[in-house]
Amino acid sequence: MTYQSQSVAKPYFIAAIGLFIGQILFGVILGLQYVVGDFMFPEIPFNVARMVHTNLLIVWLLFGFMGSAYYLIPEESETELWSPALALLMFWIFLVAGAATILGYLLVPYATLAEITMNDLLPTMGREFLEQPTVTKIGIVIVALAFLLNIGMTLLKGRKTAVSLVMFIGLVGLAVFFLFSFYNPENLVKDKYYWWFVVHLWVEGVWELIMGAILAFVLIKTTGVDREVIEKWLYVIIAMALISGLIGTGHHFYWIGTPEYWQWWGSIFSAMEPIPFFMMTIFAFNMVNRRRRNHPNQAAVLWALGTSVMAFLGAGVWGFLHTLAPVNYYTHGTQITAAHGHMAFYGAYVMIVLTMISYAMPLLRGRTQANSNKSQVVEMWSFWLMTVSMVFITLFLTGAGVLQTYMQRYTETPMSFMEVQDKIAIFYWLREGAGVVFLIGLLLYVSSFFIGQDEPEATVPE
Amino acid sequence: MSETFTKSMARNIFYGGSVFFFLLLLALTFDTNSALPELDNRQNLTEQVAHGKKVWETNNCIGCHTLLGEGAYFAPELGNVYKRFGNSTDAIKGFIMSRPKDGIPGRRSMPQFNLNAEELEAVAQFLKYASEINTQNWPPNIQG
Ligand code: HEM
Ligand code: HEM
Ligand SMILES: [Fe+2]
Repeated sequence: MTYQSQSVAKPYFIAAIGLFIGQILFGVILGLQYVVGDFMFPEIPFNVARMVHTNLLIVWLLFGFMGSAYYLIPEESETELWSPALALLMFWIFLVAGAATILGYLLVPYATLAEITMNDLLPTMGREFLEQPTVTKIGIVIVALAFLLNIGMTLLKGRKTAVSLVMFIGLVGLAVFFLFSFYNPENLVKDKYYWWFVVHLWVEGVWELIMGAILAFVLIKTTGVDREVIEKWLYVIIAMALISGLIGTGHHFYWIGTPEYWQWWGSIFSAMEPIPFFMMTIFAFNMVNRRRRNHPNQAAVLWALGTSVMAFLGAGVWGFLHTLAPVNYYTHGTQITAAHGHMAFYGAYVMIVLTMISYAMPLLRGRTQANSNKSQVVEMWSFWLMTVSMVFITLFLTGAGVLQTYMQRYTETPMSFMEVQDKIAIFYWLREGAGVVFLIGLLLYVSSFFIGQDEPEATVPE
Repeated sequence: MSETFTKSMARNIFYGGSVFFFLLLLALTFDTNSALPELDNRQNLTEQVAHGKKVWETNNCIGCHTLLGEGAYFAPELGNVYKRFGNSTDAIKGFIMSRPKDGIPGRRSMPQFNLNAEELEAVAQFLKYASEINTQNWPPNIQG
């Protein structure tokens, strides 16, 4: 750690990991409800558990992005953070607002939550991923503005690098597109159309800038490859991301009441969306192969390589699988979608945040370069457990999805939704098993922060 | 990457490409918006339907179901439920009303939302309106 104020990143990372545990606990509950339908019913119905699972995911990723920015921006700018106090204040506001919202989901019926938070004044609730009460959404905007101010002022007074600039553009985009969550017209088609301006333009747009910037930062630090080379790659990757991803939004406009021409625009442009993810894989491996030094934090390098591969598989390959309109006609809204959603979110955004935490956390905790060997070994085990179990979750859901698509949508004698669900239950059991392994991997990950702390730092492998 | 292709060239492609395709997205959005009246069944978007959409939202129906293929995958597609239930809003209302409070042992069950008569009618009308949106023939069959 070069600048004292970078230490504000630490609480952000800790909160991120804490909420991650909550997310996965609810994931395992959801997985069980798929096969034991009345599990926890009516206390925690599926829809409530799902909101908790997905909203915790988004909130902890935001904690992770903000923590990453607070670490990365001062170091890139070669100056202290503009206001560490503001960053800490926003941390507490965001944590309290987030926790209150989750408790609201769990403790009162959703309709009651909507009533007591006065959803009627500006109805924004009840849409997938955007279930937060309107007041929470306003809180998110306030936190985001204060955060951007803090980061922006830091950037202004310091050195400007491509990495910090791209990170900043990505974060501004994140905040700007979130504003569409306040637009909820009565017209269902319009509602759906602009909903994707949040969801798609986040994960297949501006978040890719954030991911690219963090990846570039960690690669610069751990490989010692010339910054000019890395930043050139970064620009090409994010250029491809937006060139393909902006019009690629059209892959969500095939069947929601929008004009037919979107089947062409969406298919052609979204078919190019795997390119930037593929480039990230090439980029990460290339830089590590051309490294000028061996960094003692081998766990961080593993996460960096891992995220580049898994993002390509989850977003690139599994995304491409169902993105062409004639295919999507049959797979739209099936377990294929869930399979892709899981591996893409994990591979790209979970893993990039864990990459940053892996690199930065030892330094934030007073190490000069890396954790002890022992701690890193446990961390790498958790990497493999989580990553391999996510691969299996994806494969089992894909199996379920292929059968579902066939039996319910493709065959001459289609069966009803619920009948099909019964027939493919075995895949859901297998997914649940893989989910439990994921949870074990996560607990191992957490334990790596407490193991080998008294031992000396790992040294550079020769 | 080769030496003749410089970082500033890459940066310019990023800025130029992003701005161009963002403007293209805006143009297509504008065009879509003017094509929507023919497709989105707005002539049937009554006050009651709007109220139904609110009932749909404030009970988080999307947390289990898909609507036009978007949402959760735990329970059946509802964009075409009006047609699947024999073009009957009464059948929809009857189903929602009759959900047992404690669920069905061992099975996935829908909660009992205790909707009043007005809310029930509104949400049923909302689903009828949704089923008449022009979705380019999606879903492939009545099972959704
Ligand atoms: C890291 C990047 C990505 C993430 C995190 C991600 C995540 C998701 C999620 C969560 C959904 C489900 C949305 C819903 O609930 O309705 C989804 C849908 C979809 N994604 Fe992605 N995605 C990513 C990249 C991609 C890419 C690169 C492609 C195409 C090559 C793609 C193609 C699709 C398609 C076609 C759907 C719609 C599925 C359907 O019709 O049901 N995604 N994505
Ligand atoms: C880091 C790991 C995970 C991530 C990033 C993640 C992400 C997500 C996302 C984005 C959704 C929404 C899906 C969509 O709309 O397509 C979702 C839903 C879900 N997740 Fe996860 N999840 C993770 C782990 C798990 C685990 C371990 C389990 C359980 C075994 C699980 C079970 C579920 C279930 C059952 C749903 C609901 C799908 C539905 O709507 O039918 N998740 N998760
Ligand atoms: Fe998308």
